[in-house]
Amino acid sequence: MIDLVIDVLSWILLILGGSCVLIGGVGGLRLPNFYTRIHASSLTDTMGNILIFLGLMLQAGFTLATLKLFAVMLFLLLTGPTATYALANAALLSGIKPDTGSTNDDNTEESPK
Amino acid sequence: MIFIFAVFLLSLLVITAIAIVRTNNLFSAVMLTSIFSLLMAANFFILDAADVALTEAAIGAGVTTVIFLCALALTADRAKPNKERRKVAYGAVGILASLMIYATFDKPPLGDPDAPVHQHVAPWYIEKTPEYMDFPNIVTAVLSSFRGYDTLGEVFVVFAACIGVLFILGVPVPGNAKPAPMQQKKGLHHHLIPQVVGRLIIPFIVLFGLYTQFHGEYGPGGGFQAGAIIATGIILYALLEGESKALQAVPRRVLMGMVIGGALLFGGVGVICMLMGGNFLDYSVLAADPVWGRQLGIIIIEAGVGMTVCGALLSIFHAFASRERAS
Amino acid sequence: MNMYVVVAVAILITMVLALIRALMGPSVYDRVLAVNVFGTKTVLFLSVIAFLYGRPDFLDLALAYALVNMVGILAVLEFVQNRSVKSSEEAADD
Repeated sequence: MIDLVIDVLSWILLILGGSCVLIGGVGGLRLPNFYTRIHASSLTDTMGNILIFLGLMLQAGFTLATLKLFAVMLFLLLTGPTATYALANAALLSGIKPDTGSTNDDNTEESPK
Repeated sequence: MIFIFAVFLLSLLVITAIAIVRTNNLFSAVMLTSIFSLLMAANFFILDAADVALTEAAIGAGVTTVIFLCALALTADRAKPNKERRKVAYGAVGILASLMIYATFDKPPLGDPDAPVHQHVAPWYIEKTPEYMDFPNIVTAVLSSFRGYDTLGEVFVVFAACIGVLFILGVPVPGNAKPAPMQQKKGLHHHLIPQVVGRLIIPFIVLFGLYTQFHGEYGPGGGFQAGAIIATGIILYALLEGESKALQAVPRRVLMGMVIGGALLFGGVGVICMLMGGNFLDYSVLAADPVWGRQLGIIIIEAGVGMTVCGALLSIFHAFASRERAS
Repeated sequence: MNMYVVVAVAILITMVLALIRALMGPSVYDRVLAVNVFGTKTVLFLSVIAFLYGRPDFLDLALAYALVNMVGILAVLEFVQNRSVKSSEEAADD
C-alpha cells in the first residue's frame, strides 16, 4: 500500500517536473527577445529541478543516494539563479536593451563589446 | 531504450560539431564547444563509462570554457574567412569519413560479449582486480597499476604541455609596462550574488575534489578528475577576486612545484619499487602485505597525478590571464 | 512504461530545443543561455539515468556538474566586463 502511494506520488512529481522542464524549453525557443527567453528558462529550471529531485528522492528512500540527490538539488538551486544573474548582467553590460513595450526583436548577431 | 538515447545524443553531437566548424564568431564557437562537451559527457555516461564522463565533466564544464575565453580576450572576435583549398579539404575529409564508416561494418555489435576486445585481457583484469587490489573500481586498477606505464606517460604529456604553454606565453609582453591601474577593476567585486554564492560553493568544490581523489578506488574518480575539479575551484576564486589575488593565494612557485613534484612522485614510486626488489611500478613490494602495498602505491601515484594536473591547469590559466592583464 | 524514461525523454526534447536556440542565436547571449540550460538539463538527465540504470553511485557525476557548471557563465560575465572596461578606457584615451 505504502509502496503504491510513494510510486503514485513520484509519478506525479516527475511528470510535473518533466512538463516544467519542457515548458521552459519551449519558452526559451519561442519567446520574442533575449530577456523574456532567459526569464522563461531560468524560472522553470528551478521548479523542474525541485520537482524531479523530490520525485527521485521518494524512489530512493532513506539511503546515501537521497543525501546525494539532496546535495545536487541544493547546489543547483544555488548555482542556477547565480548563473542566470551573471548571464543577464553580461548581456546588459554589452548593450542589449531590455524591451520595454515595443515588440520588435532587433538584437541581431552582436559580439560582446 | 538506452541504445535509442545514445544514438539520439550522438546525432545531436554531430549537429553541434558541424555548427562549431561553420560559425565565424569565435565566442559562439566557444559556447557551442561547451555544449559539445556536455553532450559528450552524457554519452559516456549512457555507455556506462562513469570515470571518463567524470573527467569530461571536470575539464569540459569549467576549465576549458574559462581558458578559451581567456584566449579569446587576447584575440579578435571573428575568424578570418579562409576560402582557399576548401575543396581539397572537403574531399580529404569526405574520403576519410567514408573509409571509417566502411570500417565500422566489420565491428561487432555494441556490447557483444564475444567481441575480441572483451576476450583479450579484460577478463583477466576483471578476475584479478579483487584478488590483487581488493577494491571494486577496475578502471582505477587498470589505470594506475596494470597499465601504470601508460598513465606515467600521460602525466609526462600533461607536464610537457604545461611547460610548452609557459614557454610560449610565460614571457612578459615586451615594451608594455602599464602595471597597476587595470588590476583594481578585475574580478567580480561589485556583483554581490556571485560573490556570496561563489564563496559558499568554493569549499564544497575543493572538498568534492578531495573526495574524488581519495574515493577513486571505490567509485568513479581518481587523480585526473580530482586535479581538474580542484583547479576549477581555484579558478572560480580567481574569477571572483581577480587573478592576482588567486596568484597570491597559490603562487607560481607552488604551482610549478606541484607540476614537477607530481610527475617526480609518480616516477619516484616506480624507482623505489625497483630499489625494494620489484619491477618498475610493481607496487606489491612496497609493504609486507602485497595487497596493501598495491593499494598504498595506487594512492601515492594518484596523488601525484592529481597534483600535476591541478598545477598544470592553473599554470596555463594564469599564463593566459596575466597576458590579458598586461596587454 | 517506466517513469524515468518519460522524464528522460522530456529532458532530451528540452535539450533539442535549447540546441536549436543555440544554433539560431540571434545574439551570442542566446547561445550562452542555451549552454546554461544544457548544463542544468545534463545534471537532471544524469540523475534520472542513474536511477534508470539502478546505479545511484553514479550520482557523483551529477554532483560534479552541479558544482562546476556556474564557473563557465561567470567567466562569460568577467570576459564581457573586461571588454567593456577596456573599450571605455580606449575611448577615454582617444
